[in-house]
Amino acid sequence: MTNPLIQPEPLGQPAIQVRGAHRVFGKGRKQVDALSAVDLTVADGEFVSLIGPSGCGKSTLLRLVADLDSPTSGEVLVFGKSARQARLDQEYGIAFQQSGLLPWRTVAGNVELPLKLHGINSEIRRRRVAELLELVGLTDFARSHPDQLSGGMQQRVAIARALAESPRLLLMDEPFGALDEITRERMQNELVRICAETGAAVLFVTHSIPEAVFLSDRVVVMSPRPGRIAGVVDIRADGLAAAHDRSAGVREEEGFFRAVGEVRSLLHGTPETAAVARGVDHR
Amino acid sequence: MTTVADAGPAKDTRARLPIAEVRWSTVLAPLVVGVVAIAAWESVVEAFDIEPFVLPAPSAIWEQVRLHGDSIASGASVTGRNALIGTLLGAVLGVAGAMLAGSFRVVDQMAAPVVAALAVIPIVALAPVLYSMFGAAVDTGRIIVAAVSVTIPVYLNTLRGLRQVRQVHLDLMTACAAKRWQVVRTVTLPTATPYVFTGLRVASSLAVIAALIAEYFGGPIGGLGKSITSSAASSNYPLAWAYVSGAIVLGLLFYIVTLLVELWFSRHLRPT
Repeated sequence: MTNPLIQPEPLGQPAIQVRGAHRVFGKGRKQVDALSAVDLTVADGEFVSLIGPSGCGKSTLLRLVADLDSPTSGEVLVFGKSARQARLDQEYGIAFQQSGLLPWRTVAGNVELPLKLHGINSEIRRRRVAELLELVGLTDFARSHPDQLSGGMQQRVAIARALAESPRLLLMDEPFGALDEITRERMQNELVRICAETGAAVLFVTHSIPEAVFLSDRVVVMSPRPGRIAGVVDIRADGLAAAHDRSAGVREEEGFFRAVGEVRSLLHGTPETAAVARGVDHR
Repeated sequence: MTTVADAGPAKDTRARLPIAEVRWSTVLAPLVVGVVAIAAWESVVEAFDIEPFVLPAPSAIWEQVRLHGDSIASGASVTGRNALIGTLLGAVLGVAGAMLAGSFRVVDQMAAPVVAALAVIPIVALAPVLYSMFGAAVDTGRIIVAAVSVTIPVYLNTLRGLRQVRQVHLDLMTACAAKRWQVVRTVTLPTATPYVFTGLRVASSLAVIAALIAEYFGGPIGGLGKSITSSAASSNYPLAWAYVSGAIVLGLLFYIVTLLVELWFSRHLRPT
């Protein structure tokens, strides 16, 4: 709740710089422009959400940043490096909509996987896993297997895994998309706490307006065919605390509904006042 | 098969086979059917005075089993050894072949017609040819027949398993900048493992059948198949049936062991 209007000073390199990114799938007549002329900068420590209807290219944009896909043209930099170099240097952690846990490994085995792949010795791994499981509140489940956990717990394991190497950037592709509403709000509160503890920048893909507004410093609204940025809503300008300091009570504040209204009007391309937005499906 | 996970508390981390949840009725029903069938068989043979060469009574067969228990056991161990060596050889071949075909599309395409051909011909029909190739005094021909019967189902199932790797796991490996062999070891092989053992479960009975039938066509004596043919030839039909029951037990043993191994390796995969 402190200094809600102060923008974080970008220290050194921004976490993400996307310049003029195009991504075209297919060839000839079947060609689809998934992304068109996208420019986006995410500052170090900033929480930015990508929101838009299905097929607007928000996941594609995240995959470009993660170097799981390459832009047809344009440039993607992560902490000033090429996306590929950033991936090889493990500059980011990633969580997907499906938790993507390996069912044959225990919870601890899943969390330590990135460390193990990079040859970190077992003593350090053990300590780090204990820290991470405590962070996501799953210490008692270290030796369980994923099939013994609920969906929300599996997603927390996936987040712990994404945080394994203390990345300064977290990429999240609809991580709560498959969860029920109650679990979802709890996970959002936890994510705010985790981000505050780690101070990482986050690029968060979602199609829930309240989720985007609750979690983010800025919400980037995208429109489909071709996928492009329709507008950016700075949530801090609505009088809300910076994302990493946000409390669950924010969901009831005036500025929250105003921001929801702004995002909604950008999504639908029609101006809508905060008063109308208030009380309407603030999911 | 229901999952254990839903019933128990999530903290229970013991790895279990879904055996404890088998209900009594599941076990009892087939037992009742078996007892009734054998009783009916016995009474029919007695009532109609059926000759032993048509159908011996269960009691007569049981008598022979008791008298020749040692011989049946040693026969089962000879046939079982051939089937076991064949199973292991075939499994190694099948998995290795599937890994090659899974990595190189051209291998898969070249192997497809051969695999289809091997899958339709009765491998055991090759036994007489193999006896003349390797000599009728050794078990080599029988082992080869068993191995080839096992190779095909293991190959097909393993290949299928290798293709079940989920995109999200591959994305994760890419995001972790994993090396190629790390991807194979961490994701591809563990994904395929339950499928390998499904193939092995299907194939294990085939191996016993192949090893047994191969004995009908010659080769060294001592195995169950040879004993069945020789006791039938000497008109000792209840004894022939006693050896057949030995073969049934041997086949079941192979099946149950491989089934347990399969359940163990797929214990963390929820049936969907």
